[in-house]
Amino acid sequence: MLSAILALGALAAVFGIVLGYATIRFKVEGDPLADKVDAILPQTQCGQCGYPGCRPYAEAIADNRADINQCPPGGETVILALAELLDRDPKPLNAENGVAKEETTVAVIDEQVCIGCTLCIQACPVDAILGAAKQMHTVIESECTGCELCVPPCPVDCIAMIPVKEHYLTWKWPFPDMPKTTTEPEK
Amino acid sequence: MKRRRLWKFHGGVHLPQQKTISTTMPVHAAQLPKRLVLPLHQHIGASAKAVVEVGDNVLKGELIAHASGYVSAPIHAPSSGTVVAIADHPIPHPSGLHAPCIVIETDGEERWVEARPYDDYLHMDPSHLRNLVREAGIVGLGGAGFPSYIKLNPGADKVIDTLILNGAECEPFITCDDMLMREQPEQIVEGLHILQHALRAKRCIIALEDNKPEAYTALSAAVAKSERCNIIEIVQIPTIFPAGGEKQLIKVLTGKEVPHDGLPLHIGLVIQNVATCAAIHRAINLGQPLISRYVTITGGGVSQPRNLEVLIGTPIQELLEQCGALDIEPQRLIMGGPMMGIAVHTSSAPIIKTSNCVIAATDDDLPSPQPVMPCIRCGACADACPALLLPQQLYWYARAKNLERIQEINLFDCIECGCCSHVCPSHIPLVQYFRFAKTEIWSQEREKERADLARQRHDSRLERIEREKAERAARLQKKKQALKERSAGDSSKKAAIAAAVKRAQEKKARQQTKEPSANEEDSSQ
Repeated sequence: MLSAILALGALAAVFGIVLGYATIRFKVEGDPLADKVDAILPQTQCGQCGYPGCRPYAEAIADNRADINQCPPGGETVILALAELLDRDPKPLNAENGVAKEETTVAVIDEQVCIGCTLCIQACPVDAILGAAKQMHTVIESECTGCELCVPPCPVDCIAMIPVKEHYLTWKWPFPDMPKTTTEPEK
Repeated sequence: MKRRRLWKFHGGVHLPQQKTISTTMPVHAAQLPKRLVLPLHQHIGASAKAVVEVGDNVLKGELIAHASGYVSAPIHAPSSGTVVAIADHPIPHPSGLHAPCIVIETDGEERWVEARPYDDYLHMDPSHLRNLVREAGIVGLGGAGFPSYIKLNPGADKVIDTLILNGAECEPFITCDDMLMREQPEQIVEGLHILQHALRAKRCIIALEDNKPEAYTALSAAVAKSERCNIIEIVQIPTIFPAGGEKQLIKVLTGKEVPHDGLPLHIGLVIQNVATCAAIHRAINLGQPLISRYVTITGGGVSQPRNLEVLIGTPIQELLEQCGALDIEPQRLIMGGPMMGIAVHTSSAPIIKTSNCVIAATDDDLPSPQPVMPCIRCGACADACPALLLPQQLYWYARAKNLERIQEINLFDCIECGCCSHVCPSHIPLVQYFRFAKTEIWSQEREKERADLARQRHDSRLERIEREKAERAARLQKKKQALKERSAGDSSKKAAIAAAVKRAQEKKARQQTKEPSANEEDSSQ
């Protein structure tokens, strides 16, 4: 009896020490789950999810504080990817956060109207607007994520969201028409 | 001569050839069009960059756009004239979208730039030879349009055992390589010598399907006349689609398989199209860049289907007119063959370097797609697939948009030959699904890159804001410090004043003590 208790106690002590050492030695810096979630999010930094950027939303999802269906720019693709990563059930986009955009857009400043107030520059989450006080501003198209955060602050309403023109090198083959019959077995 | 052993590749289909309709007439040059439209992107890789401006006069063969990057090719003016526009124009592309093109209005004089032939290529360094091929703007003319000079650069340690010339031309309707082999076999053999020299290849094989006996005879005669005929072998292979696919042809000729993530180079082979080979001959021996090619104009929509030698940039419309375009509606235009070709949305689109054939198709040529039925899992597609894939499984994943799993079962090994769609008893457009999946995957990769860039920019913005905040705080701190110091300085002055006052008072007190008693009350004040 006593020997068994001693043996188990000794084992427990040894494993405890090993585990305790391992937690210190192999400590993971940061939050790996939040990183993974952040990698899936589209990085528009638009704040439509209710968090100030993609990273805070990713942290909220990782902490189970937020649902996975609050990202309109990501749409269905992001929801499905998050559902698979977190092993949750996919659900439709939360309408409170907005609607998924049909096409990608970029901000364009009407340079004739711009008064150079810099308010849009302060609003842009990715520093994609170029300009200085009382100088005309312009959007760097290739850097613009289409988040629309620059539109409301503009006092003269000179920023428009323009759909990105389709380019033949980035063109996608359309999804073929599905057969009409419904008897097809689903995989 | 000993008959060469041939192998078989998996799958493939036998198709009605439809080739004889366009081989009855000899090839001659197409009429010079009024306008030539040259897309800046005619090859795999980066688009060329225009070096001419609107209003410039150009000579035939003059460089008008230079290659930008390693995988790219320059473009030359196919005829003399004036650059009238550098703007978006319809191109032969399945999207029907427009792309930047250089438009040249021809002057009809066909004045050449000074040609610089190099007849002494045997004493030329292979790297120099490669550069000449690059400068001539030569890309694979079989359809893919891969810049040819890259294939001529196997690396110093690679030994090229066999150089294969691909004259299989396995798709129905297309006969441009057949006619080239019949009419210009000397050019092909000359080009082959240049390639052999550049690659130091031990042996050369010219491979063509056994449905081209005239080409075989012509090539045999040309090879017999050439001085190094002992290393050149002409091989006729059985006619089965897609025997002209690079990996399939290699399998048939050598029994070897090109590794899934490798190139023919890795198993000691280099494979070039016969038309590319003739273009290399013209570039080196005649000093002419790639400005024209043989194009088959065929199908029920034209009264005289034939092959023409066409300047790159000639609008399809003009070629159709020269071959007697009939007014058959609806006329579908296909560039390439019926299996792998693409629909052209407008006949104003030009012939580009990779355009081998234009089919003005009637319903007799290409029946309209039949109604799609559910998959019955018969497996005929897998039997027909020359890339040894499982088209049915790929189809399910593509339908479910499961883009991860579809890559695991090697979607990107699909050569889009269309055998699976052809044999499918349910008429499922399988290749359409695979094309969709491929472009969707590329698009998601681009999205990912964009997202990463946005994240990086957002992070650096936050960092910047943080830094500015810290800097402002530091400035404020400094100011406070300065103010404090100043006020501290003030207090020392005050102290000095106070001390002075004290001293004065003490002095006064001392004086008062010397003058006794009367003023004692005053001093205490």
